Amino acid sequence: MTAGDMTKVATTNGTTPSAPAKGANKAGAIANWADERLGLGTTMKKNLRKVFPDHWSFMLGEIALWSFVVVLLTGVFLTLWFDPSMTEVHYDGSYDPLRGVEMSSAMASTLDISFDVRGGLLMRQMHHWAAHIFIASMMIHMLRVYLTGAFRKPRELNWVIGCLLLLLGTIEGFTGYSLPDDLLSGTGVRAADGFMKASPVVGTYMSFFLFGGEFPGDAIIPRFYVMHILLIPGILLALIVAHMLLLVYHKHTQWAGPGRTEQNVVGYPMLPVYAAKAGGFFFIVFGTIALLGGLFSLNPVWKYGPYDPSKVTAGSQPDWYMGWPDGLLRIIPAWETHIFGINFSWNVMLPILVAPPLLLMVLIALPFLEAWITGDKREHHLLQRPRDVPTRTAIMVALMTFYGLSWAAGGNDIIAIKMHLSINQITYFLRGAVFIGPVIAFMITRRWCISLQRHDEGKLLHGYESGVLVRSPDGGYAEKHLPLAEGTAYTLTARDRDLTPETVEEIEASGLAGRQVRLRKLRAKLQEKFYSDNVQKPTAEELHDAQHHAEHELHELESQIENGPNRHGPTPGH
Amino acid sequence: MRLLNRSAGRLSRHRRGPIAGLVVLLLGLLLTGGLYAAFAPAQADTDQNNEELVKEGRELFLVGCAFCHGQNGEGVLTQGGSQYGPALTDVGAAAVDFQVGTGRMPMAQPGSQAPRKEVVYTEEEIAALSAYVASLGTGPAIPDGGLYDTDNPGDLNGDGKQDEEDKVLLVARGGQIFLANCTACHNFEGSGGAMPRGGYAPKIRGVDSKHIYEAMLTGPQTMDTFSDGNIPPEDKKAVIAYLETIDKTPSYSGLTLGGLGPVSEGIIVWLVGIGALVGFAVWIAAHTTRSSKKKDEAAA
Repeated sequence: MTAGDMTKVATTNGTTPSAPAKGANKAGAIANWADERLGLGTTMKKNLRKVFPDHWSFMLGEIALWSFVVVLLTGVFLTLWFDPSMTEVHYDGSYDPLRGVEMSSAMASTLDISFDVRGGLLMRQMHHWAAHIFIASMMIHMLRVYLTGAFRKPRELNWVIGCLLLLLGTIEGFTGYSLPDDLLSGTGVRAADGFMKASPVVGTYMSFFLFGGEFPGDAIIPRFYVMHILLIPGILLALIVAHMLLLVYHKHTQWAGPGRTEQNVVGYPMLPVYAAKAGGFFFIVFGTIALLGGLFSLNPVWKYGPYDPSKVTAGSQPDWYMGWPDGLLRIIPAWETHIFGINFSWNVMLPILVAPPLLLMVLIALPFLEAWITGDKREHHLLQRPRDVPTRTAIMVALMTFYGLSWAAGGNDIIAIKMHLSINQITYFLRGAVFIGPVIAFMITRRWCISLQRHDEGKLLHGYESGVLVRSPDGGYAEKHLPLAEGTAYTLTARDRDLTPETVEEIEASGLAGRQVRLRKLRAKLQEKFYSDNVQKPTAEELHDAQHHAEHELHELESQIENGPNRHGPTPGH
Repeated sequence: MRLLNRSAGRLSRHRRGPIAGLVVLLLGLLLTGGLYAAFAPAQADTDQNNEELVKEGRELFLVGCAFCHGQNGEGVLTQGGSQYGPALTDVGAAAVDFQVGTGRMPMAQPGSQAPRKEVVYTEEEIAALSAYVASLGTGPAIPDGGLYDTDNPGDLNGDGKQDEEDKVLLVARGGQIFLANCTACHNFEGSGGAMPRGGYAPKIRGVDSKHIYEAMLTGPQTMDTFSDGNIPPEDKKAVIAYLETIDKTPSYSGLTLGGLGPVSEGIIVWLVGIGALVGFAVWIAAHTTRSSKKKDEAAA
């Protein structure tokens, strides 16, 4: 029933209600009631049957979405008891070892949530674990999107939104981590203060602006609180909505396969299949986070005690997602310059103020950079296997290697004590490794992908290894290859050949000059490097020949089996 | 009363007598002699015991320690001029009791730091070694048990008696002293931390209270010495009370993951959290709907 149905429109202001249609069930009646008032029918009809393709890797973003919901739910619980104030109080709650200790109200209320509010500690830990899961799942989702080429036109802007979500998630995490005002987070805030002050000229102004005076002041916790529960979650929520609206608008990408084209989406409808799957997955994510919150200790603030600038603890680390800039900070040599009485602390600026924004820029630029190099401006809805674009895959693995090594540097002290190594040697090693590691990873990944491409080509042209060993008359053994199933062969060949690049010679031959041409030459060079050594899919002719050959082989094999062992067909002279 | 007065009068009459001085002298000599007879032999016995202990300790020292620390504990230098084994002339008994009592000495091999290991000597032997090294010079003695007896916190709240409340105050004070002086190297839970060039601040959980007291007193290896002027004995007791408390307190928040802070938490996020959730995603995607199963059957 839609709003346009005129039979249900009253002609008078009479008292007799319109009779509901006979045979309508209760759910239908409710839906009808709502539709007549909200007019949802048309939009729902279209979207409830919206088709989503099925693959496990398409559910990684869902982990992020559902963990965000858990963060919101548990966060609301925490706001009911948390007191974002830096007023000094003497703790008088249940945790005896801190009895009478002077601390901020923020810290005291965090302890109250942990020890005196029923279920409070579980909620605190779930909130923190869910935040960790939120950021980690955004990262693996991003890896999936990048490695399968799902960021290509028309989805570049959604990639940018995703990158911003990652940035905001990190800031949101840092402000939340700082709120309890415990020794560990206070050390982190003090470090952040130092980072700001490391920016030349404006550093001290920025710090005084943020802290409302000299560190620590009494404003930072309330300010972080507003950012943490209002400002950033608001932007996060808006961006998540935009991210998902774009997903619906673009339609989901899918893997290549028989019946799947750039024009369609093969999968199951939203209702009932995906609603059930996604809804079920929410409960699984919720349950997993609840288990983490119940079983594993996270940020035991009562052991850190209240923040006091004169105290620090060994093993002071930021939460894991800030670990990689912290690692760069730990391994950079102490480079500083004094010019005209201004101190440039390169040892803080490079790892903290330059590296993270730079990496974010690189991340945001990746889709545009690749589109520019390849010159591919077409729309893509079919995904690519990571092996089919070796350079792209290798770029991401190189970035991951850089990230991972920097991350490890952030735990250099823990690695030292747990593996009985010298922290100095770890530091020296990582100073080199963060630069050399990504290069090695790039080369290995690229060649690995190309080898896998060759393997695919081998399977297409020579068939798969059947496991049948045949002995020839002269005593040699050979494994028979059998042709791939048609569907598999289709899937393997359902990819484009690499675009033929405009070569440098062609540009030079055109006789043009100027900045534009220089750029085109650079692009041609990069394009050549991007595609070099890639294995193109076989031509129809090659496939035809291969099929012919395979039929022949199969025939031969059958006759061999027919003739029994140790014989090779009806050979004269036996 | 009169009798007493009378005798007192008589005594006072005699006090200027010719033999009065002699009698007093005799009485005094008798008293001191008697007292000496009562107490001196015991004293002589202890001295004799101590001498024997030192002698026994010296024998053990020559076998187990002298190679690095020198025949008379004077220390051994390497050719490069650095310490091979430091001089033990002024380290005191407490240092020996700590180093040998926790198995750090004798070292199995030279290294950046003596690791804690199985104790080699018996309690008597450790006492002998301590006595010998103490006899080489000055240095703190093995602390008396009362100094680290945290069940006697003293009257901290000043209500005239010593009770549970005082213990709570002692622990709370100890926690603050611990966070101010110890956690920078030993970590907030006493799980230990890294020091430069392969050194480390060891884990100090589950360590004997006496040994913690001695460590503060003597500053073993790269650790600072927290003398009684720096951290008075009652504050040392407070630190020990705090450590005992966190050892005894159950972990309210679940598995502590080694008490190492955010690094182990990050490992759990990725290995357990993301690991499990990706596993579930694969599982859900592998279990398609009923309608597709029918289709699969139809196709088969």
